[in-house]
Amino acid sequence: MNLEKDTIQQPKYINPYLGGVLLGLVVLATVFITGRGLGASGAVKSAVVTTSNTIAPKATEANHYMSQFISDDHSPMYTWLVFESLGLLLGGVLSGIVFGRIKKFRIDKGPRISNRKRLILALIGGALFGLGSQFGRGCTSGAALSGTATFALGGVIVMFAIFGTGYAVAYFFRKYWI
Amino acid sequence: MGPLIPNGVIGGGWDFVIAILLGVAFGFVLEASGFSSSRNLAGVFYGYNFVVLRVFFTALIVAMVGLLYFDYVGWLNLSQIFILPTFLTPMIVGGVIMGVGFVLGGFCPGTSFTGIAIGKLDALFFTIGLYLGIFGFSLAYPLFEDFFTSGDMGNVTLMEITGLPAPYFAVAFTVVALAAFWGTMFVEKRVRKNMKQYKF
Repeated sequence: MNLEKDTIQQPKYINPYLGGVLLGLVVLATVFITGRGLGASGAVKSAVVTTSNTIAPKATEANHYMSQFISDDHSPMYTWLVFESLGLLLGGVLSGIVFGRIKKFRIDKGPRISNRKRLILALIGGALFGLGSQFGRGCTSGAALSGTATFALGGVIVMFAIFGTGYAVAYFFRKYWI
Repeated sequence: MGPLIPNGVIGGGWDFVIAILLGVAFGFVLEASGFSSSRNLAGVFYGYNFVVLRVFFTALIVAMVGLLYFDYVGWLNLSQIFILPTFLTPMIVGGVIMGVGFVLGGFCPGTSFTGIAIGKLDALFFTIGLYLGIFGFSLAYPLFEDFFTSGDMGNVTLMEITGLPAPYFAVAFTVVALAAFWGTMFVEKRVRKNMKQYKF
């Protein structure tokens, strides 16, 4: 009886090794077709540059970082990674529909923290990840996965730095998750 | 032959259509593997769910071996693909900051998009955080411009830095991954047994 209930509550995820093979094939196809890997943080960067360029075009042009991503003939949103990330969102929706996981808004968290605290931590974690991804020249998908898969030294460095640090600091944040 | 678009096998006009299609495949696989839940993702750091390790390392070795194979049979010229540049210290610092962000936030950028796709509010807040973090970085850029561009080693590969051939690395990553898959199986079983509550 109990067993049956457990199986019903288990979400229908695909086998992780199958997921890994499929993800690897997506990376392979991306490099084969475009000569570059996947990415995610790059799209958010494009959104930042676009906002800044809309509000304060002069200041954006004067900013040595953001000015690299502005062009006279098209919007900073007109980049490969923005379109790929739109697809990423769409793919998530598609999988959510197929496996019946699109439901009303909800929050995932450890059993010992409040919803409010979880959202604040998610915001801080996101801000750190955004900051770090600029120094790292990419995030988990662009640098760690695609970078390492193409044997780039930088990719390997970012991968070990992210996961190594994760394990090093996990103990201090354990009450948020377990 | 490959890479197809840079070599003109597929016209440049298809670039963004292909971007969307590859993105859809990427997002579908991430969500279907359970990467849309921060609890699943954070599990890798606490030993109660190693889905991240399994999917990530399997993908890594499949892509690595696949690229070597494509190069070997002549479908893809590896010397033509983009190699992420290495900026030694900034990238270590960036990775460390991202590592803390991962444990605090429970997501990484790509996975947070798929979380939003199925209605996770924590994923939405994480993405807003991403935006703010990158905005903050851009505004403060003059402060650390020198550091950001320091340690530039160029678009260097593991082969160039060590003098070893690429298949050595593919084999090494595969062996380490298989050992990790095997070892974490036992860790996960043990940790889950002692957990009071774990709902996906």
